[in-house]
Amino acid sequence: MTKTEILGRLQPIVAIYTQDQDALQTLNEDTDFIKDLKINSANLVDVVLDVEEEFGIEIDNAAMEKMLTVKAAMEIIEIKLQEDDRK
Amino acid sequence: MANRVVVTGLGVIAPNGAGIPHFTESLKRGTSGIQHLKLLEDLKFSCQIAGLPPISPVLISDYFSDLERRNFNSTGITYGVMAGMEAWQDAGLSISPPEAPDYDSGTIFGAGTSGIDKFREAIYKVDNLETRRMGSSVVIQTMASGVSAYLGGKLGLGNQVSTNSAACSTGAESVLMCYEKIKSGQALRMLAGSTSDSGPYIWAGFDAMKVCTFKHNDSAEKGSRPMSASASGFVPGSGAGALLLESLSSAQHRGAHIYAEVLGGHVNSGGQRGGGTMTAPNNTAVQQCISRALTHAGVQAQEVDAINGHLTATMMDSIEIKNWTVALQRKGANFPYINSLKGMTGHCLSAAGSIECVASVLQIDQGFLFPNINCEDLHPDVAACITSDKIPRQHMPMEINLLAKASFGFGDVNACLLFKKYQS
Repeated sequence: MTKTEILGRLQPIVAIYTQDQDALQTLNEDTDFIKDLKINSANLVDVVLDVEEEFGIEIDNAAMEKMLTVKAAMEIIEIKLQEDDRK
Repeated sequence: MANRVVVTGLGVIAPNGAGIPHFTESLKRGTSGIQHLKLLEDLKFSCQIAGLPPISPVLISDYFSDLERRNFNSTGITYGVMAGMEAWQDAGLSISPPEAPDYDSGTIFGAGTSGIDKFREAIYKVDNLETRRMGSSVVIQTMASGVSAYLGGKLGLGNQVSTNSAACSTGAESVLMCYEKIKSGQALRMLAGSTSDSGPYIWAGFDAMKVCTFKHNDSAEKGSRPMSASASGFVPGSGAGALLLESLSSAQHRGAHIYAEVLGGHVNSGGQRGGGTMTAPNNTAVQQCISRALTHAGVQAQEVDAINGHLTATMMDSIEIKNWTVALQRKGANFPYINSLKGMTGHCLSAAGSIECVASVLQIDQGFLFPNINCEDLHPDVAACITSDKIPRQHMPMEINLLAKASFGFGDVNACLLFKKYQS
């Protein structure tokens, strides 16, 4: 899966939780979930659950803690997808 | 000097009316909100009728965002937020801007349970080893203070934001707690009220206790019969009531409509002594609660024009009437007018007191007594205490100057309030 594809599938997930629609329009790798998208910190776990469902992966607690930006989320998704390919 | 406290806003989600206009019309007409629920029949309940507020998903979306409605499953919070926001808007108040809350406004909004359906969902997930799949929505909907937390955020309340719980006297207690807060000068405005979840998981415990009627599954609207000889147990209900209490000076400063003045009241407990138990009242304590409420409000028993009773449609109704006659030292034709909302709504449990306070204040504001429905066959023990004409069976126009409202609850707890017509 390409980075563009991952970003494209991530966008509608964060759209549900963002409270800043402008930041959503300019979503890129540097976008921070809390600072830029104004996502309520309690909703970060919901973002993770939705990502798991969308990509068919499981994100462990350690990885979950790092998922604060689009970039980190994309890296984690890529790694998990590759791990699954190897299985 | 202590502040005078007035009611400047009302909101309600009741089985016989969502919103004040609909509810007021039902009150005047004596419209029942009790219906047969197939779900309760399928679940083999003895009592298959209940009071369920008529609210649509479209109406709910006026109060909750798309994000808030995701994985949302708490009827109590839904009702409480809708009633609370209606009262706030009815009082002509605006919502705090994003930067800062209103430190002079708060809420004590009661509940018996919170999000019992959400709690059920969560329990199934936990037992199915899916705790990590529950997401963030469980705690905020199942914490007892969920309803006040939601209201506090939606309105931007910066004073006390809390939830009280005292079984079926919760709503009346909330009004008294909010009153004290304003009277003592700690807040200018307090949103009083209470809510109750609906559905089988909240009503089942009462069904199992055999305190609900099983005789009216085919005649739902006739099921809830306060003070009737054929009363055979209460009908469970649900919903929320809300009253915006405000200091008189703040209300006058804003030019707000004043529905009524809260003169005060009293809450107490029978301590499960002297005949009182977890589920039955200590009658001396009930009488004490009423007489101390009068003293606290600075009024004489003879001044009371009308009573809105607790009167659930069980065999306790005649005992309650007897307690009123003793506490007020008034009986027969000298007794005030009395009515019970539960004939129309059923017993809305933790929401009962606040919905009934809303009905009481509407009666004072608009000058009428709502009819006691399903009471055509007055119980002889009630008739032995007070004359039949004191229990209006039809809508009755009447100027009410002073109204007493009481609620009683499991745990042997009592609450009594005095509302007065506001005269400038």
